[in-house]
Amino acid sequence: MSFINYASREINCKIVYYGPGLCGKTTNLQFVYQKTAPDAKGKMISLATETERTLFFDFLPLSLGEIRGFKTRFHLYTVPGQVFYDASRKLILKGVDGVVFVADSQEERIDANIESLENLRINLKEQGYDLDKLPYIVQYNKRDLPNVMSVEELRRELNPTNVPEFEACATTGEGVFETLKAVAKLILIDLKKGK
Amino acid sequence: MSNPQLVMYDEEFQEINDVIGRLLKEANAKVIFLVDKNGQLISGVGETERFDTTSLASLTAGNIAATGGLAKLIGEKEFSILFHEGEKDNLHISIVGGRVILVVLFDNRSSLGLVRLRVKKSSEELSTIFEKLMKKSEEREKRGSSEFPFAEITDDDIDNLFS
Repeated sequence: MSFINYASREINCKIVYYGPGLCGKTTNLQFVYQKTAPDAKGKMISLATETERTLFFDFLPLSLGEIRGFKTRFHLYTVPGQVFYDASRKLILKGVDGVVFVADSQEERIDANIESLENLRINLKEQGYDLDKLPYIVQYNKRDLPNVMSVEELRRELNPTNVPEFEACATTGEGVFETLKAVAKLILIDLKKGK
Repeated sequence: MSNPQLVMYDEEFQEINDVIGRLLKEANAKVIFLVDKNGQLISGVGETERFDTTSLASLTAGNIAATGGLAKLIGEKEFSILFHEGEKDNLHISIVGGRVILVVLFDNRSSLGLVRLRVKKSSEELSTIFEKLMKKSEEREKRGSSEFPFAEITDDDIDNLFS
């Protein structure tokens, strides 16, 4: 949940990028990091293995500017996508304000996408959250590859509730900021409701 | 929501800073941080400008979460104190009131024994302040969120952030 500090006039929110292994969660964060002005970002931390697979999480703090005199800060986290890191994934979902599900558009990864999405729902439920009530965005990544499924097919499998969705290619950055802005906006609208 | 939102007001913020400021002197520490279990930095005193406080907060919370997971696996509720010993600097990390994390960074001008002793006393004071804070924000929430700064924001305000 967000942390509102009246003393320092700051609002802090936590966004988690979820998805199957190698779907491009870390690449999303790396692109955001590269393209953000130095004064608006902190250090990006990646707790990864020697082969650059995420071991625990990536972390990127961003400040977006002020709303009504309050500084808005977003903390971006990724989870480790590989199936056997489930215990770590649960920990990172603690206190989440918004979720981005990064799907791998390639045909052969559809089962991995479905499994990861189910896993997201279960892990959120364990923490007392309901995915349908959280600010939530779906991103169809790797649209540049030749063997991708159509967006209609992906939507049917991965986005039955019709939440906002974006096509992306995280390596070139296409769709990355659109995704981030959309989830940040949903979180702020949620805060406005005064949850 | 599984947890109530953490809200900090000026009065409690000052009280918290007084307690950790005193702890900094009494424990001969270099820096002291208070971090929310979700990784948000609440406050820091001492040589804070020398450190990347945001990263420190996030990693501390990750550390506490991971050791908490370990604790549950062996049937413990949590490990309430962690100690990391370095060549020059050491970290004493403890959970206060089940909700926030107190991080004390110290070198050989202090000692683990002294830090533990002083942390214990300060933790009790901090717990009381945080309990008061929780009650206060719950009461304010019941009365309606009229003071909430985001209640009045418009869609334009939000859009402007991204322009």
